[in-house]
Amino acid sequence: MAAVCPECDAEIVFKAGTITGEIIVCPDCAAELEVTSVNPPALELAPEVGEDWGE
Amino acid sequence: MRIGVLCSRIRVEEKLIFAELEARGIDYVRLNDDELIFDLNAGRYPYDVVLERSIHHSRALYALHALNDAGIPTVNTAHVARICGDKFLTTQALIKNNVPTPRTLMAFTPESAVKAIEELGYPAVLKPAIGSWGRLIAKVNDREAAEAILEHKEVLGSYHHSIFYIQEYVAKPNMRDIRAFVIGDECIGAIYRTSPHWITNTARGGQASVCPITPAIADICVAAAQAVGGGVVAIDLLESSDGQILVNEVNYTMEFRNSITPTGVNIPGRIVEYTIEVAQGKRSGL
Repeated sequence: MAAVCPECDAEIVFKAGTITGEIIVCPDCAAELEVTSVNPPALELAPEVGEDWGE
Repeated sequence: MRIGVLCSRIRVEEKLIFAELEARGIDYVRLNDDELIFDLNAGRYPYDVVLERSIHHSRALYALHALNDAGIPTVNTAHVARICGDKFLTTQALIKNNVPTPRTLMAFTPESAVKAIEELGYPAVLKPAIGSWGRLIAKVNDREAAEAILEHKEVLGSYHHSIFYIQEYVAKPNMRDIRAFVIGDECIGAIYRTSPHWITNTARGGQASVCPITPAIADICVAAAQAVGGGVVAIDLLESSDGQILVNEVNYTMEFRNSITPTGVNIPGRIVEYTIEVAQGKRSGL
């Protein structure tokens, strides 16, 4: 089963070991996507960078 | 032993940490900071240690405080998060502990900030006291740029952008800086981050290559780590043109995906081993 990129509609097959919460990049449109479910596969656009994010 | 891993987005780093925990047969729970509820009055949390990997500084800081106040050891501690999450507090800790760091001035108005910048001389570096990934850091080359940037910060930024943290610009003769990793009292590895751009973060395109850990690098890194309270930290070093090594920043939720291959060090494995030692009481996590 494949998920669909919410940005460009590309079909994305999860690699083995993919887990919920993981961030992946759409190979077609390069949108950053968050894995919201592994089974069934589902993706949402990853949130924009927050003010207090990162290192 | 029960380990909690506080996280938000699952980056490469978190997946590597989970894999190291699983390889050791450790019982761990992923604590998603989007879903967590802390019962502050009860203050009971069923973990021997919590490894903090949140992407949010504010959430990490408050969560670590709640856990430490309830007697739960954490990696890193709330104290370390508070110091490292604020460049002003980091600079103060480094100065207080005689760790070499670039000259830094602080001012509270655009007018005084321009004077401070001109006392340091152009170019100077303006940084938000709280911020990361090299975002909103400005190299100020002349007075016109200084006035424009300061006005933008004052008008467009939230209040903390009006605390002006102004640092001398340290030219990078080799177009590189150093990121070193400290766990406990050991510098376990270091990389050069090379970029034609003055911001060298690998998140911003800097190229990673191995940096030999000289005694001078090891000493300054361990001193910097101790100055902020110890634990698992990444130290950003600058090499000045006269050969001095300066501590630029100390990071407390370190990203390391680009550093494992160049250093050959199993950084997530070392983090997990340290975390286990904290849970066992062999290291302090409070």
